[in-house]
Amino acid sequence: MNKLIGLVIKDILKSKVIIIYTLFLAAFGWSVFSLESSSAKGALSLLNIILLSVPLVSIIFGNIYIYNSREFIELLVSQPIKRSTIWNSIFIALLIAVNLAFLIGIGIPVMIFSSNLIGLSVLLTGLFIGSIFTALALMGSIITKDKARGIGLSIMIWLFLTLIYDGLLLFLMFQFADYPIEKPMALFSSLNPIDLARIQMLLQIDESALMGYTGAIFKKFFGNFYGYIITIVLLMLWVIIPYWISLIKFKKKDL
Amino acid sequence: MIRLLYVILLLLFISNIVQAKQIQVGSKHQYKTIKAAIDSALDGDTIFINSGMYKECPVIVDKKITMIGVDRPILDGEHKHEVVSIKADSVVFKGFRIQNSGVSSINDIGGIKVYDRRWVSIVDNVLDNNFFAIYLQYSKHCLVKDNIIKSNAHDEQNSGNGIHCWKSDSLQIIHNVIEGHRDGIYFEFVKESIVWRNIARNNIRYGLHFMFSHNDSYFTNIFENNGAGIAVMYTKHVFMANNTFINNTGDACYGLLLKDISDSYIKGNRFQGNTIAMFLEGANRNIITKNIITENGWGMKVQANCEDNQIFENNFTANTFDVATNGSLVMSYFKKNYWDKYEGYDLDKDGIGDIPYHPLSVYSYVIEQNPISMLLFRSFMVTLMDRTERLIPSITPEAFVDLTPAFKPYKYD
Amino acid sequence: MIELKEVSKNFGLTHALNNVNLKLGSEQCIGLIGPNACGKTTMIKSILSIVVPTAGDILIDGKSIKNDVSYKSLIGYMPQIGRYPENMSIGQVVDMIKSIRNNEQVLDLELWDAFNLDSMKDKKMHALSGGTIQKVSATIAFMFNPKILILDEPTAGLDPLASEILRDKIKKERNNGKLIIITSHLLNELNDVLSHIVFMEEGKIVFYKDIESLLEETGQPLISKAISYLLKNLKG
Repeated sequence: MNKLIGLVIKDILKSKVIIIYTLFLAAFGWSVFSLESSSAKGALSLLNIILLSVPLVSIIFGNIYIYNSREFIELLVSQPIKRSTIWNSIFIALLIAVNLAFLIGIGIPVMIFSSNLIGLSVLLTGLFIGSIFTALALMGSIITKDKARGIGLSIMIWLFLTLIYDGLLLFLMFQFADYPIEKPMALFSSLNPIDLARIQMLLQIDESALMGYTGAIFKKFFGNFYGYIITIVLLMLWVIIPYWISLIKFKKKDL
Repeated sequence: MIRLLYVILLLLFISNIVQAKQIQVGSKHQYKTIKAAIDSALDGDTIFINSGMYKECPVIVDKKITMIGVDRPILDGEHKHEVVSIKADSVVFKGFRIQNSGVSSINDIGGIKVYDRRWVSIVDNVLDNNFFAIYLQYSKHCLVKDNIIKSNAHDEQNSGNGIHCWKSDSLQIIHNVIEGHRDGIYFEFVKESIVWRNIARNNIRYGLHFMFSHNDSYFTNIFENNGAGIAVMYTKHVFMANNTFINNTGDACYGLLLKDISDSYIKGNRFQGNTIAMFLEGANRNIITKNIITENGWGMKVQANCEDNQIFENNFTANTFDVATNGSLVMSYFKKNYWDKYEGYDLDKDGIGDIPYHPLSVYSYVIEQNPISMLLFRSFMVTLMDRTERLIPSITPEAFVDLTPAFKPYKYD
Repeated sequence: MIELKEVSKNFGLTHALNNVNLKLGSEQCIGLIGPNACGKTTMIKSILSIVVPTAGDILIDGKSIKNDVSYKSLIGYMPQIGRYPENMSIGQVVDMIKSIRNNEQVLDLELWDAFNLDSMKDKKMHALSGGTIQKVSATIAFMFNPKILILDEPTAGLDPLASEILRDKIKKERNNGKLIIITSHLLNELNDVLSHIVFMEEGKIVFYKDIESLLEETGQPLISKAISYLLKNLKG
């Protein structure tokens, strides 16, 4: 398995896309901290990148890699290796590649300019989001038949989770404004990994504001120790479940 | 002639020495109880109370005397009595530990209570676990200085204020520390007074609370982590400068609530980490300038019923929302403030941004109407909404604008 | 050695394999033939579990291949069109497979030497011609001395010389007691190599005969002629 992971990582690094991605993140990370006056504001700008670019790149990159590696996967399957080993190796290699790019690109400037709790949550959030969308990429690539559809589905998933879902929530909030909707809304937003990660960041950056109106609900739902545990568990499930579905499908897939 | 004057002065001096006795109180001294000492004292005498526990409350000081605690004697109210009642002018009360006053829902029992007196000084006492700690009513020209006041109040009903002043004037409240009371400093109908270098923190309601208290000044105080922050009401001509309002967080909690405050001057204060740094309601003709407003949930909420406030040369940095309002009417003026969210430019290098700044975030509007939508704050959708609104203001009032935003933060330190 | 028991495979509505039963022993060289889309490749891929059968079971040396991958180390597979990670060189691909196979036995480098691959082992896969890729595929298939060889159109892209080398190798391995399955349209090239013919049509096995009886029955000198003769008679 380790050999295989190594092989896949080598293969990924040769494609150069991941290197360009790393450079892009690094350029962004360094410029954000050198332009912004405070490290908190820098962390905020990074949040935007994490909630937009990281998911998009992770899901599309993962998808394209799987499609471009079909022959490679076929070759591996004809060898005495379990399919689950192959799929696990590819997943782990992709995780390492995407997250390493993030750690090098964003992690280093964050460690230098904002090595505090906010910086740490920025990094954790980025790692989770990258992993989740890599898992979603694997799932997307296994349930669609060709590359174009796969990429289309990836963009749809990304758009839905970053934009449309929040739009729907806002709509519901105003539709049912007269009812006690705080808890259902908090629950709904915790079902979207991007929202969940964002709210955890809000708790760090906008703590003062959150102590206001809805503070009680926020703190009750997300802000205590159990909230953190639940958040981490939910984010992990967002990695595990899509991946698990893709693994089951891959085991039975005709190549 | 001059020689005669010297003689007279000398005679006066000698006669004073003769008159002003020094009385010692303590287990090893002539007087075992404070009460006995006061009974034997005359106006102008000084009573030294040596260290020890005195359970003879209430101690009633009804002569113009100086009371000095030596090695901090303890006066204990045994949870039943008022500890010290000052019922004479010009009393000096210094160096005691006052503890365990009674609690009552009918009377305002104080650790030290001054009844309708002048020129009283209460200095360097430790007040522990009293109902009201220092209570002044109908008093003038009194000094409350260097006291450390603590309690552990749990609810508003069964707790009193740290320094409570009622219908008084010309008071000086200087360098006291007040923790764990209902309100830290409470003024009602107190005029021409000064509050300087006090620290009020962890009080369950307000750190500072006053109403109908005109012409007072508040300098260099620190108000930290009070349950409902600071609320000041129905007052004119307040001068507040160089105070720190920090970490007053919670629902309906304000760094500084200005309700019906007018013709006042709020300058050079620091507001940091409050849920709402400044809340203006019915506040008119105030000047708010050179304040540092940073890391708050809302920097300033200006309700539509405020008029003619001049808000200029403040630093707004790292707040979740810099300003908010509840209506479309804006009759206050923002100018030359520094806003860290400003994204304009300064081509002519005059230190003033070349394009106006609309500090009102459209989403703060949305949240005002539907608080739960705070859940979606900083999402991509909200960022898009805010960007669009900044480019083409359509929902937020056009008049809510800083036409001359400062390009760089002011350096006040 | 290989036994297919009632194996079916459906792709949507088409039956690529329709209830196939087949038993192949060692020291055989099977020619797996039939028209396009008759199910040959599906059958091969099923044996390698690249394709998962809808129904039925496949046994190798009496053991089911379901939930087991170790049997694949008994098989050398040469795909019709070998596809390899494009950024890898020939040497890296071979090394990679070696490391995956992870076996200690002496490698069979006859084809590696005969095709003279050593001289171009640093060339990247994307820069290779179809023929060279076939050479690499063939080399890898034979390299680990597998008991079973599955060769999908082995000579299709090869030049006559390389083709000859491969044929000799196939013969040699057959004589070593291995089971070799070849799909090919170029039957005449393989006249002296094959020992049996399996003919498939529409996902079914039409016949399974050894060469001698096939030629005897039909009275034809060449395999291709014999088959077309047989098919005419079957249909008539």
